[in-house]
Amino acid sequence: MTSLLSSLVAALLLINLVALGTSRIGTMVRAVALQGVVLGMLALAAHGGLDYRVGLLVVASVGVKGWLIPVILFRALRDVAIKREVEPSLGFLPSLLLGALATVLAVGAANRLPLVETRLAPLLIPASFATIAAGFILITARRKAISQVLGYLVLENGIFVFGLLLVDAMPFLVETGVLLDLLVGIFVLSIIIHHINREFASLDTRRLSLLKE
Amino acid sequence: MPPLPIVVPLVMAVVVFFTQSKLWRPRLLALTALAHSAFTSMALWGAPGAGSAFGWLRLDAPGRLLLAVISLLFLACAVYSVGYLLYRVERENRRFCACMLAALGMMSFVSYAQHLGLLWVGIEASTLASAPLIYFNRTPRSIEATWKYLVISSVGIALALLGSFFIGYAALLGGSQGSLLFRDLLSAAPALSKPWLRAGFTLLLVGYGTKLGLVPMHTWKPDAYGEAPGMVGAILAGGLTSCAFFAVLRLTQITAAAGEGDYANRLLIVMGLASMGVAGALMLGQRDLKRMLAYSSVEHMGILAIAAGLGGTATFAALLHLVNNAFGKGAMFLSVGNIHRAFGSKTTDEVKGALRRLPLSGTLFLLGLFAVTGSPPFGLFVSELLILKSAFGAHRWMVGILFLSFLLLAFAGMGATSLAATQGRPPLSARRSGYRDTFTTFAPALVLLGFVLLFGLHIPEPVRRLIGDAATALAVGR
Repeated sequence: MTSLLSSLVAALLLINLVALGTSRIGTMVRAVALQGVVLGMLALAAHGGLDYRVGLLVVASVGVKGWLIPVILFRALRDVAIKREVEPSLGFLPSLLLGALATVLAVGAANRLPLVETRLAPLLIPASFATIAAGFILITARRKAISQVLGYLVLENGIFVFGLLLVDAMPFLVETGVLLDLLVGIFVLSIIIHHINREFASLDTRRLSLLKE
Repeated sequence: MPPLPIVVPLVMAVVVFFTQSKLWRPRLLALTALAHSAFTSMALWGAPGAGSAFGWLRLDAPGRLLLAVISLLFLACAVYSVGYLLYRVERENRRFCACMLAALGMMSFVSYAQHLGLLWVGIEASTLASAPLIYFNRTPRSIEATWKYLVISSVGIALALLGSFFIGYAALLGGSQGSLLFRDLLSAAPALSKPWLRAGFTLLLVGYGTKLGLVPMHTWKPDAYGEAPGMVGAILAGGLTSCAFFAVLRLTQITAAAGEGDYANRLLIVMGLASMGVAGALMLGQRDLKRMLAYSSVEHMGILAIAAGLGGTATFAALLHLVNNAFGKGAMFLSVGNIHRAFGSKTTDEVKGALRRLPLSGTLFLLGLFAVTGSPPFGLFVSELLILKSAFGAHRWMVGILFLSFLLLAFAGMGATSLAATQGRPPLSARRSGYRDTFTTFAPALVLLGFVLLFGLHIPEPVRRLIGDAATALAVGR
């Protein structure tokens, strides 16, 4: 079981690096969708068994993150006809190195914190911190609005990994709330993306600079 | 059965969305707000803590105060909306009215939430519901503002979720069942794992601080408040920020009960002073009236954070200040909205002589300036004086002196801009729009400002009890 768990965590971290290193937005959407599927499997493996709560969580995670959100994003991409992120504010290689560095630091940080048990936490906590860091790098170092949304999704995925430690203690309602909010959030963001594209004829967030002191 | 102040606005949001008449939607909005106020009064009539069978949704003393503030502020904004949307009848208002009601429902949800996770869901949902309100005007500027609002608040709210998880983990380590009900967290507080609690509190403060607009997470605020219609600015500055501040207060209480109060208080005071200072500096020479109000909101959130960090008697002052700020900002945003309509502009380049062109709203705006900057006899003077008194009472001389000097800075900045906008003659170049003050666009602002004046002269006994009970409940364990 632990070997399955560690390979899933490894997959999660690899996807972070793919998302950080790619210039193709289509690849990035696919990577984030795959990350959603991996998260669902991770939830299953972490829990070790299947009851209705975990089952729903898995279905919701795979369905929303692995299918629904990518569909919405691909539709947005089709509408605005962009294919690649050109001139990110931080290059792809530096982003990749920064992401790798964050992963190392995350392992270090997690080792210094007190843990409840030793089966899941030593794996999931560093993975969570590293994914959150990757999300932050994507949000701040990319210029296309849609890449920033993808960065936000990666950030949320990292938080979700941490949430897995609490699946038993946290009420089911809250997990649903998390997914629901994420869904609505992406939905609202994709509508705004549509408007940005119509008004500015570009999804480059550098154009969004009318408002400043 | 979930409580009516939550259910009714949410149901009505759906009804309004499917209402075909452009004229009826604002009326339904106002009627729902009226019903919400009636249900709120009924809930306040009952004993604290009653209202729902769920342990998770319960109206405790702080929740009662928050619900009352939101309900009254929203009622004023809804009445204003009737006049505003009638004037701007060329705009589609379907999504606008539905989102206003959804935001009201979710803010009420925050007042009832007794669970760390539910609180988060409520604040997140109210953020999302309010985003489409900002881009009502569909201009490039308003879309830019909405984008910044969504991205920055979403990241903040995501951090708040992570912080909630950390606190949940701290509770698990503490050997408790990991219940995230405030009551349970408070009683289990001494056993919570300290490193996780500290990290959790910091993340939550950053997350909800983003919603409050504390420096350095304030950057979305001038953009969003600047581009949104007046009553949306009022709801954002008075309603959503109040929700986030209650969240911060509850978390500070838990952190203090765990013996980490000094850490939390220091963080709050530093962020509060930074917010006051930065906002004061950015208000100097500000030409845009709505952006000026946004920075004033940053300043007042700083004041609230300082009061929360001082604790003790300052808790009562913080809550009084919150009420005054919500109503004062409400009145300001509504009257600036009127001035914006009458001049077709909101910068002092074109807005001059508002007193001449718009005697009612202009006067109200000028009075609002004195109220918001904390001049006597308005309520904000009393609450700011109380906060200053607790700072000096606790021998926090530096905090008190900085607090006072930042207040003066804000007064100078706001005073110059507001006087430029109201005095003199309207320039010939400023085109005259057909807007005139009407009852529905003027009376709500007047009533809100009337409350701020009343709280400065004499706080009625029921209000004092409402605030006092909330302050007592929030001081348990501190």
